[in-house]
Amino acid sequence: MDIGIKTMFYLGRIPITETVVTTWLIMVVLVIGSMVATRRFRTAAPGDKLGTTEHVVEFVVDGLYQFIRETMGKKGLKFAPYISTLLIFLVVANLIGLLGFRPPTADLNTTFGLATISFILIQGTGLRSKGLWGYIKGLFEPFVFMFPLNVISEISTPVSMAFRLFGNILGGMVIMSLLYGVAPILIPVFPHVYFDLFSGIIQAFIFTMLTMVFVSMASDEEEEN
Amino acid sequence: MNDLLLAKAIVLGLSALGAGIGMIAGLGPGIGQGYAAGKGAEAVGRQPEASGKITQTMLLGQAVAETTGIYSLVIALLLLFANPLIRLLS
Repeated sequence: MDIGIKTMFYLGRIPITETVVTTWLIMVVLVIGSMVATRRFRTAAPGDKLGTTEHVVEFVVDGLYQFIRETMGKKGLKFAPYISTLLIFLVVANLIGLLGFRPPTADLNTTFGLATISFILIQGTGLRSKGLWGYIKGLFEPFVFMFPLNVISEISTPVSMAFRLFGNILGGMVIMSLLYGVAPILIPVFPHVYFDLFSGIIQAFIFTMLTMVFVSMASDEEEEN
Repeated sequence: MNDLLLAKAIVLGLSALGAGIGMIAGLGPGIGQGYAAGKGAEAVGRQPEASGKITQTMLLGQAVAETTGIYSLVIALLLLFANPLIRLLS
């Protein structure tokens, strides 16, 4: 059994892996899908009847905004575009294993990339809300010699987020491929419900939830002082 | 030649053993998540109207508790599929 990432083709001398191809596919589908689904919002006059697509889009966006408001408070709404995009992308990326593609999140590069974006967002929010001096002072709390531990705990946040997503998706993938070797017909249907549907959606939710919690923890300090 | 083969066999066998032993770490998250789920059930029993919030908090806590288990899974997968030790031999 081989769980390595296949190289599809070479662009000049750069290897293009399966992950990159699948990620671009998801991006194209999501971007074109959103553009088509929201096209009528621009031209609609007040009183126009909207179609089913528009209602579905409104329902999803409303749900996401309400979810973000409940978790992060009203101040969190300015992060809503990034967090909603992250959630939608992760759900699609985790579920695409059902269509026979290799999930992009079963590649450490994808998860580390996403975790790095979240890390920059968390640190940037902390820096912005506490100011440069307050941010540096925060690293030396409660004692000066706690500085290395504070730095390690900040850096371990994205590492553990990346490994959690990667490990869950890859673990499910490995177990599923082992099962396909033993019983290829009918039996894998039920584990697919758990490993792909349940685990995939839960892990996408957890990743965005952790991003939200850490961002609002980084920006909370300001209100207390 | 034969010595190298023997050395490779030993490294591969012990790596498989190590992957198996490493997965004992799966015990911890299992116990922890079960405990969290039990407490969540208790909380829902006491306050059914807050079940949405309780489920959300429970899942978040369980995901964080799972981290150690995931680390051991990653190490076991590394030992099985991308063994760094076998490369030291050649």
